[in-house]
Amino acid sequence: MDFRLDDDQLALQAGMRQLLERCFPRERLREVVDAQELRGVQRGGRQGDRQGDRQVVQGSQDFRGASTGWDVGCALWRELGEAGFFSLRLPERDGGVGLGMPEAVLLFEEAGRALVPGPLVATHLAAGLVPGAAEGTRVVTALTGPGMAEHLGAADSVLLLDGAGARVMATDGGTGPRVLDARPVQSVDPLTPLYAVQELPSPALTHLTAGGDGGRLRSEATLLTAAQQLGSALRTLDMAVLHAGTRRQFGRPIGSFQAVQHLCARMLVRAEIARSGVYAASLTMAGCDIAGAKLLADEAAVRNARDCLQVHGGMGFTWDADVHLHLKRAWLRREQWRTPAAAEEELAAGLLAGDGYGAA
Amino acid sequence: MDLTCTEEEEDFRQRLRAWLADALPRLPPAPSPADWPARRAYDCSWQRALYDAGYAGLHWPADAGGQGATPAQHLIFLEETELAGAPYVGANFVGLLHAGPTIAAEGTAAQRARWLPPILRGEEVWCQGFSEPEAGSDLASLRTRATRDGDAYVVTGSKIWTSHAEVADWCELLVRTDGSAPRHRGISWLALPMDAPGVTVRPLRTLAGSAEFAEVHLDEVRVPLSYRVGAENDGWRVTMVTLSFERGTAFAGEVVACRRTLARLAVKAKENGRWDDPVLRRRLGRLSAEFTALWRLVQWNVSAAGHALRNGGSGVPGTGGSVFKLRYSQARQELYDTAAEVLGPASLDAAEEWTAQRLSSLSYTIAAGTSQIQQNIIAERILGLPGGR
Ligand SMILES: Cc1cc2nc3c(=O)[nH]c(=O)nc-3n(C[C@H](O)[C@H](O)[C@H](O)COP(=O)(O)OP(=O)(O)OC[C@H]3O[C@@H](n4cnc5c(N)ncnc54)[C@H](O)[C@@H]3O)c2cc1C
Repeated sequence: MDFRLDDDQLALQAGMRQLLERCFPRERLREVVDAQELRGVQRGGRQGDRQGDRQVVQGSQDFRGASTGWDVGCALWRELGEAGFFSLRLPERDGGVGLGMPEAVLLFEEAGRALVPGPLVATHLAAGLVPGAAEGTRVVTALTGPGMAEHLGAADSVLLLDGAGARVMATDGGTGPRVLDARPVQSVDPLTPLYAVQELPSPALTHLTAGGDGGRLRSEATLLTAAQQLGSALRTLDMAVLHAGTRRQFGRPIGSFQAVQHLCARMLVRAEIARSGVYAASLTMAGCDIAGAKLLADEAAVRNARDCLQVHGGMGFTWDADVHLHLKRAWLRREQWRTPAAAEEELAAGLLAGDGYGAA
Repeated sequence: MDLTCTEEEEDFRQRLRAWLADALPRLPPAPSPADWPARRAYDCSWQRALYDAGYAGLHWPADAGGQGATPAQHLIFLEETELAGAPYVGANFVGLLHAGPTIAAEGTAAQRARWLPPILRGEEVWCQGFSEPEAGSDLASLRTRATRDGDAYVVTGSKIWTSHAEVADWCELLVRTDGSAPRHRGISWLALPMDAPGVTVRPLRTLAGSAEFAEVHLDEVRVPLSYRVGAENDGWRVTMVTLSFERGTAFAGEVVACRRTLARLAVKAKENGRWDDPVLRRRLGRLSAEFTALWRLVQWNVSAAGHALRNGGSGVPGTGGSVFKLRYSQARQELYDTAAEVLGPASLDAAEEWTAQRLSSLSYTIAAGTSQIQQNIIAERILGLPGGR
């Protein structure tokens, strides 16, 4: 047993962080977010009529739509593709990097930390199943059943993971919402457009991809989403500690007040416990470990964002601070793949079945 | 990252398993929790059995009489003994987990030879005399005074909350040897023989009704200078070594026990129908994630300590122990609160094992540094926030 990041893993983590600092720096993030804000203003207040809202939503939140003033979506996807983000786990003979889930988890943690938008998990899962996904030349989103689909308008393909196998549906040219008869939703997360899907197409409409094991893909998606939550939880902890050390009130840094210190200490504990769970699950890939990792990472991401907001005071309630972006993304990911309720039920059932504990 | 056992570790596990399967059925029945002398005898005979089988002081260095096992092997030991239902370290807790490691790290050759073998053989029991009525969380404010008189210290003062004091042979005692020095600089670490003239032990009754700890009054007790471990006035540093041991792995085995307890609780809920309540069921599911992750956190901390050891470090668990202790103590309380939900009115029967455990779990957020103190440590030493107010 040596449950530590080895030198290669540390280098991979640092490399990814540097790459994201370069190709998705905070200024880029804010550019995109603030374009959203302007739309909101043009809309003429929050109580705009429904029809108007809908058009704005559709126009502004498209992952690669020029109307956002953000035409970096494609470029970013391609850069991530070149860096091996999507092909990481493909064997080298298939043009992949040949690494495994422990390494993938580290990359997704970094993406969560940097709030990288886009259907990262689905595109990563699609590498090897959908041509172009591995290289980042095709954007792939996913659905496990009726519900919210992210980035449907920008997706070239949709992975349907509602059964034993994976089905792939082509949605080139932004046809996704129409093909799935999806209704755009005014997403709480400014960087993740959402579409409500009532019904998945019948199996007859899409072909079954060979080798796509639905159960395995759903487990991997759950864990990679948990890794993003972990990254977000660690980032909001950093933000809170930084602010607590610099903001002064009553003649001293607010981080010297015990009430603030203890908020930050509990943030660290949440993140560390989630980290242990996520990293261990990436090694065992056991169902209960993955469910537990998602549960704890969801809690860490959401609670840490809330506490980070509190530490920032009034600034924390503004659009300009990044805190709300972490919170909103954390809320969104919490609903994806394995909700806390589903994870808890799975873990409870595991207790009776004798899983998830004992040796190893 | 690797969670699998090396061949050597797997061998170790299998040998231990085989030995436990043979040794445990031969144990006498466990004594009543209220009968301290019987508990001491039971705990010590178990320690003797471990010693005879070569498992005593597993993680202690070989030159301290230990087996020089790796941290990973130590963890396997904690896991396997717990899974097999072996006795808990009990009365030997302080000897094996605080006083012994401190003497091993800081004692002279003569001190090691005098004190360590009897700890490993289960012949001498130690207790910990740190806390005082006026010095709890603020341990460095302790007042028990030791003044030199010839070849001995003369010690006067009061200790409180001393676990197992009634059955202990020795006490690791913190005393003030220099009243004029800054608080942390005037403290020394002494080994106090509990049968020395002037030592009075008065049992204190815990909220569970039992006498787990005691007050220890010291009235001009003579302690030979040679019983001081570490330099005079360097006791604070010596003590910090001990405390990191305590927070690092002392509770690791208990996490395994909690996972087993949780599984038993799930079965119980299924039997009595409470399982059908989704709120309760989900609470049980959540606890499963919690204890699994806590075990992983132990493995994470222990791997870091092992790595540091291989690179010439001390192998003393780091501040990660505070993270673990804070979360574990909460989770343990949550476990037994949930047990009470499962039991319903039966949880009001203090004779129920679950209820006794629920009561005892209340001490976990206080003993070995309160949760607030752990949060102070995390905020200041890990996060580097400015000194608290
Ligand atoms: C079951 C049990 C066994 C024990 N066994 C032993 C033993 O064998 N040997 C031994 O020496 N001691 C032992 N102790 C004592 C234990 O270490 C102390 O109880 C503990 O350190 C707290 O000290 P205190 O009781 O004086 O509480 P106090 O220090 O008075 O604390 C009271 C409250 O104030 C809070 N507080 C204090 N200071 C701060 C601060 N700076 N910031 C924020 N909050 C603060 C605490 O968190 C707590 O909530 C035992 C305790 C228990 C419960």
